[in-house]
Amino acid sequence: MLPDQLVFAMEVTLNGLMAGVMYALVALGFVLIFKASGIFNYAQGVLALFAALTLVGLQNGQIPFAHLINAAFGTDLHSFGWTLPAALAIALTALVMVGLAWAIERLILKHLVNQEPIILFMATIGLAYFLEGLGDVMWGADIKTLDVGLPQGISEGIEAVTAEWFGYGFFIDRLDIVATLVAAALVAALTLFSQYTKYGRALRAVADDHQAALSVGISLRFVWVLVWSIAGFVALIAGIMWGAKSGVQFSLSLIALKALPVLMLGGFTSIPGAIVGGLIIGMGEKLFEFFAGPLIGGATENWFAYVLALLFLVFRPQGLFGERIIERV
Amino acid sequence: MRKSFTLLAATALAAATAGAAQADLVVPNLSYRTGPFAAGGIPYADGFQDYFTLLNERDGGIGGEIVKTPECETAYNTEKGVECYEATKGQGALVYNPLSTGITYQLIPKMQADGITLYTPGYGRTSAANGRVFEWVFNYPANYWDGASVAIKYLLDQNGGSLEGKKIALLYHNSAYGKEPIRTLEDLSKKHGFTLSTLPIDSPGQEQKSQWLQVRREKPDYVLFWGWGVMNSVAIQEAANIRFPMENFIGIWWSGSENDVAPAGAGANGYKSLTMHGVGADYPVYADLKQYVVDAGKAAGDGSNVGTVIYSRGMYAAMVIAEAIRKAQELAGTSAVNAAQVRDGFEALEITEARMKELGLPDFGQPFKATCADHGGPGMARIQQWDASAKRWTLVTDWIAPDDAVLDPLVAADSAAYAKEAGLSERCN
Repeated sequence: MLPDQLVFAMEVTLNGLMAGVMYALVALGFVLIFKASGIFNYAQGVLALFAALTLVGLQNGQIPFAHLINAAFGTDLHSFGWTLPAALAIALTALVMVGLAWAIERLILKHLVNQEPIILFMATIGLAYFLEGLGDVMWGADIKTLDVGLPQGISEGIEAVTAEWFGYGFFIDRLDIVATLVAAALVAALTLFSQYTKYGRALRAVADDHQAALSVGISLRFVWVLVWSIAGFVALIAGIMWGAKSGVQFSLSLIALKALPVLMLGGFTSIPGAIVGGLIIGMGEKLFEFFAGPLIGGATENWFAYVLALLFLVFRPQGLFGERIIERV
Repeated sequence: MRKSFTLLAATALAAATAGAAQADLVVPNLSYRTGPFAAGGIPYADGFQDYFTLLNERDGGIGGEIVKTPECETAYNTEKGVECYEATKGQGALVYNPLSTGITYQLIPKMQADGITLYTPGYGRTSAANGRVFEWVFNYPANYWDGASVAIKYLLDQNGGSLEGKKIALLYHNSAYGKEPIRTLEDLSKKHGFTLSTLPIDSPGQEQKSQWLQVRREKPDYVLFWGWGVMNSVAIQEAANIRFPMENFIGIWWSGSENDVAPAGAGANGYKSLTMHGVGADYPVYADLKQYVVDAGKAAGDGSNVGTVIYSRGMYAAMVIAEAIRKAQELAGTSAVNAAQVRDGFEALEITEARMKELGLPDFGQPFKATCADHGGPGMARIQQWDASAKRWTLVTDWIAPDDAVLDPLVAADSAAYAKEAGLSERCN
């Protein structure tokens, strides 16, 4: 029989990897937009929140802007009176995210073509505040329960197997298992899309060189709408997974903080980097908390993730999978 | 020319006098309707504001003076909270209730210097209960150390009077707020022989896997919980995930609202928390709130939060402030009281059960009487338990008094340290 500490460390490692997948889900949205347009999208966390709010609102038949309508017209409207099946609600929310991507391109990005990256970054900060306020006004600020049928709680099968092998049943959350499968499917779909479809190739062309892509007739504006739509969909998936854990509430936008060290480590331009970065950060922070937490008072995870990312940056400034920047003079 | 000037001066004087006679009572509402803690901040601010609206609409204010509650958004951010204080104190502010321990710590010396009362029911700096040192701060009817002690007394009661050999874990928001009960629990663990382990969670607390894996490994008999915001709902979900017995999971009063238990659904059934007031909307005051505020279209929110835990707590805080102002008016012999007179009202305040009944809140809060030395009240609390199928809280105990033999020396030591640091001498001698 293995020593207890080793068995516990194995359980912590597995849970860390699963947590890493959840971080990677958020990081993916950042990578997609940065890769295609060079924009660090500060609003990615808020996109996840907005998507989750919209999903719950549509599913429960909540009337958007009901507070505003009632205050303005003295009505007492709250609900359309329907409850949509989860799949339909998710599909409709994905459509809303496409509409949002179109609006973002039309109202913000179009006017900032050829601007410095810092200007575009500042624009996404403004977008984040705007979307947070819009979500609040549209759907209200109360905590909403997200129920799309995802399983939660301990996986009893894994608990039984590990109890037999190691004498201690591991805790693995069934939601984390689903998140891992979804993340794997998402990465596979994104890879197939970018490698084997016309639009995917256009996206890669724009990512490689804007000017060259424009010269062969690729519409930069269309590609931006496309990539923001995909990032919106990824945000929806992240919003569903995180929202299932905590309920849909405004702190969901803060999950972006968990993605930053993942991006620093994995690189801002690599989809596999986001996944591998997420796994390293998740596992690293959980193991550090397990071994060092009790010695230094605990609550190490938030800062240790950044320390770990910085350590990697010392040796690979572009991140593990980022594109190496070579400037010749 | 001289005549016109005299007329002008007389008009200005008359206007100023009339202004003084109709001076409004200003109670700024430092709220947070945005950001990660908005889900708790909104119902609290609504309850706080709606109660003063009720007094204005039903009674014509307090003693004939209309109460104004200028609102300022803090987003539960300490710097913004201090900015809000600085921005509103010049409006004739009488008392502040910022609903944030972080903001409270920053405001204590400022408000002492400015001569404005700081009222922090159920939060803030616990040792401010010592009126000998904290002249301008009041935190009755209960504070965090009371809460910690009440939780342990409840567990003693559940275990035949002994916690010898039991393991209790404290899961807490890694902030000034969450750390408040540690000292008390350490002393109580020595007294009652239980083992205390402390598990901090960084704000906002969306990811708590490490802490709950530790709980699962160490198998504490009970988990006490000092959380706020998203930390609450995630903790309750994680406890359900690891199949921790929910009846052995007890939160402080800031971790026991409908918002906290709803996301976990049936998994939250049996979860307990402390409360310093009654539950539900079966109190006469809610009928008045409906008639004069909600149905009249004058509510701060849409009325959907009326009767929920956090709304009721905001309303309760407003009720105590209103009673203190009423007392101040009585003592000062004038309805247009100033900040110093309101402080005197807080210090002379007595809330009896008979008075609570008159206010439409029978058996809602504990009776208390403040004195020069006692700004903390009796510190009693009750235990409420969540019924997931009925979707409501139920009170499962009567009022439980804290262990003053343990708490009093802690309050004395901490307040003495503050007095030394701030160069204050003790009063009430």
